[in-house]
Amino acid sequence: MVQLTLPKNSQMRTGKTWPKPESGGALRKFQIYRWSPDDGDNPRVDTYFVDLDDCGPMVLDALIYIKTKIDPTLTFRRSCREGICGSCAMNIDGHNTLACIFGMDEVKGDVKIYPLPHMPVIKDLIPDLTHFYAQHASIKPWLETKSNTPAKEWRQSIEDREKLDGLYECVMCACCSTSCPSYWWNGDRYLGPAALLHAYRWLIDSRDEATGERLDDLHDPFKLYRCHTIMNCAKTCPKGLNPAKAIAEVKKMMVERVL
Amino acid sequence: MSYKSDYSRAHGHGAAGEGLHHWWSQRVTSIALIPLTLLFLFPFGRTLGGGHEAFVATYSNLWHALVAVLFIIAAFAHLQQGLQTVIEDYVPNKTQRTAALLVNMLLCWALGAAGVLSVATVLFSA
Repeated sequence: MVQLTLPKNSQMRTGKTWPKPESGGALRKFQIYRWSPDDGDNPRVDTYFVDLDDCGPMVLDALIYIKTKIDPTLTFRRSCREGICGSCAMNIDGHNTLACIFGMDEVKGDVKIYPLPHMPVIKDLIPDLTHFYAQHASIKPWLETKSNTPAKEWRQSIEDREKLDGLYECVMCACCSTSCPSYWWNGDRYLGPAALLHAYRWLIDSRDEATGERLDDLHDPFKLYRCHTIMNCAKTCPKGLNPAKAIAEVKKMMVERVL
Repeated sequence: MSYKSDYSRAHGHGAAGEGLHHWWSQRVTSIALIPLTLLFLFPFGRTLGGGHEAFVATYSNLWHALVAVLFIIAAFAHLQQGLQTVIEDYVPNKTQRTAALLVNMLLCWALGAAGVLSVATVLFSA
């Protein structure tokens, strides 16, 4: 059956409480998941205190504060600090989101930070997204054409271009897929909301000429039909997208093909 | 240890070319069951407490027997499909999964067939 308890070497322990900064400002308590592949220890939750007067408003600001001023070993991904690269996706206060666009003031009480759920952890807040990216590659996220390449460009009407709104904005942060219970239990075969949203983005692209082949590639009890409309993906998406709706549209296209 | 590429792992055995029928049929049976359950339960409820005679009196009527048969077929088809989804979701071990899927199919078909035969027996022996 589905594994509901953690194996012994994955059980969380209480970690170190780091000294409070002495800069004199208002303090905020952070509890952060720590695990390193190098020491063989179980994961632990360390406690840090951040001086709010010396730190920006976002959770990523606090993480950078901790790494710079308290504990340089704290490991996490970040790049653009404005919600466009998708690097700093993590589980904050129980939901998956981007640390750079999630304000500390949105959390009541202590700020608890864990890596994205149900993924192998490389270190601390960094999940291994290798399989997630390979699944994205497997849906062929590029324009597939058979007609002769036009001299200038593949043309698209304004109306057809509008169909891509709400889809092209996905930054592949993996918040949605890692919030999906179906992806937790069958992520090896189920493509997950992010890859399926991208699949739909190319299915409805008016310029694409491989719609049939794309539908064939998704017609599978696991790749597509593990979606049970749980809607965690739509609830958690930090960009406000709705992968569940995109998946429903793919299922609709499958039905339309036979009716 | 395997040197399979990430892409190969993600692609797996490719698409099975199945899933649509199961998904569509689950929706069709669930919608069909809304009127069928109501139409089945009212006459069935009236037979409760009336013993065998009341049951025979109700289901020797062609209309009630037809509704009962349709209800039984839709309900057991829906049950089988729903349980199949649950098993596929929650039983990761391949041997256990295959065994559970077979047992589920056999039980649902057997129970459904028993139900249909029971109604038919009452209808044709009345």
